[in-house]
Amino acid sequence: MSLSVKHLLGIRDLERQDIELVFQTADQFKEVLQRPIKKVPTLRDTTIVNLFFENSTRTRISFELAEKRLSADVVNFSASGSSVSKGETLIDTVNNILSMKVDMVVMRHSASGAPHFLSQHINVPIVNAGDGINEHPTQALLDAFSIREKLGSVEGKKVAICGDIMHSRVALSNIYCLKKLGAEVTVVGPPTLIPKHMESALGVNVTYNIREALAWCDVANVLRIQLERQNTPLFSSLREYSLAYGVNRRLLDSLQKDIVIMHPGPINRGVELSSDVADSRQSIILNQVENGVAVRMAVLYLLAGKN
Amino acid sequence: MKTILNGTQLAITIDRLCHQLIENHLNFEDAVLIGLQPRGIYLSDRIYRTLQKLLPGTPISYGKLDITFYRDDFNKGHALHVPNETDINFSIENKRVVLIDDVLYTGRTTRSALDAMLDFGRPASVELLVLIDRRFTRQLPIQADYTGRTIDAIISEKVRVLWNERDGKDEVIILE
Repeated sequence: MSLSVKHLLGIRDLERQDIELVFQTADQFKEVLQRPIKKVPTLRDTTIVNLFFENSTRTRISFELAEKRLSADVVNFSASGSSVSKGETLIDTVNNILSMKVDMVVMRHSASGAPHFLSQHINVPIVNAGDGINEHPTQALLDAFSIREKLGSVEGKKVAICGDIMHSRVALSNIYCLKKLGAEVTVVGPPTLIPKHMESALGVNVTYNIREALAWCDVANVLRIQLERQNTPLFSSLREYSLAYGVNRRLLDSLQKDIVIMHPGPINRGVELSSDVADSRQSIILNQVENGVAVRMAVLYLLAGKN
Repeated sequence: MKTILNGTQLAITIDRLCHQLIENHLNFEDAVLIGLQPRGIYLSDRIYRTLQKLLPGTPISYGKLDITFYRDDFNKGHALHVPNETDINFSIENKRVVLIDDVLYTGRTTRSALDAMLDFGRPASVELLVLIDRRFTRQLPIQADYTGRTIDAIISEKVRVLWNERDGKDEVIILE
């Protein structure tokens, strides 16, 4: 068994079997991470470069830990302080790094499609760690893995993705992933933050009413407002957004059922999610982070083994 | 196709292996059993159940170990292996470990198992129990301490161990 793809550029390219293979493999890596020695020798002859052209805390640490737990050699690159500021092109930067005998690339870039472009020019497996507003496949995999862990399966579950759908690569990857696994998806947010034609293009339900979405769902994945990607204001103020779309204790208590709360981080506490909800029993936010390492180990293992 | 052990013979052999284990480990105070995934666990399950019958009321530590991440053929042109469950919920520190697998062939699985096992602690000693020992095929200096049956089979022949739980009957056969 192996993945049907050479690179992990997006969930869009994956088959359902691929996703299930990642989960099956991640289950075993999760067990490895509970051992006294949380490390296996599998990728000891593999060198991986983490190319981060855009800021990241969780994803970069998570990938780096996953690589180190697999015994890979790791090289870290961040655009600030590199020759990118001297005008070097993406292909030149990457080819220079690859000429130093690197076997795999993990890349985050602010331009949508950057890893896809790169995949046409280089020969080693690429893992997309987030490209612009397009996809963030490992986040979607760890989100679905966390739902499966919490609720037993993803099939037939109702998931609401809340907030800034327009600028969120997490939303798009999550929609692809959840739909492929047989979940029902509703996106909810202000009309200005939800792209047109979502229903027909992606097969999701759209609503602009947060209470309605939460009352419907088993799981709410609450997203951050991506102010850094908004050129013109799309809502009047963060305070107003929080009043209309913020998920808080009062709202959850009015539902008369317990839903699971997720967030890909970083949280803007008090904006999309109140602190008492983020830190509550219903929240699996820290489980998501924990699962991220095992899921990324699985992705790296499966892609490295395809050579 | 040639039958090496039929159902009755297999049961007798497993009984004998269990008695040999008891001979060496008495009440299993310091000993732990570890079956190797994926195929060794059918044998280790049988051995564990038989030992429980022979020593009623004696607690025996029994775990399962997957060696996928420790293989020496990763990325060497072979098909990728999907990992199986590892379940060792006890410490092996200073214990006498008995590794259990169905067929001892090249010795590479056992080598990987030794590596994998050491990540759970430093045992006092390690023994190897196999149902079938294929002679003259070893690629590493590894031998079994408890053997069900030793056979001579040429490289092109395949040894298959069939288990009632999975294959509907107990039998050991050679396929040409």
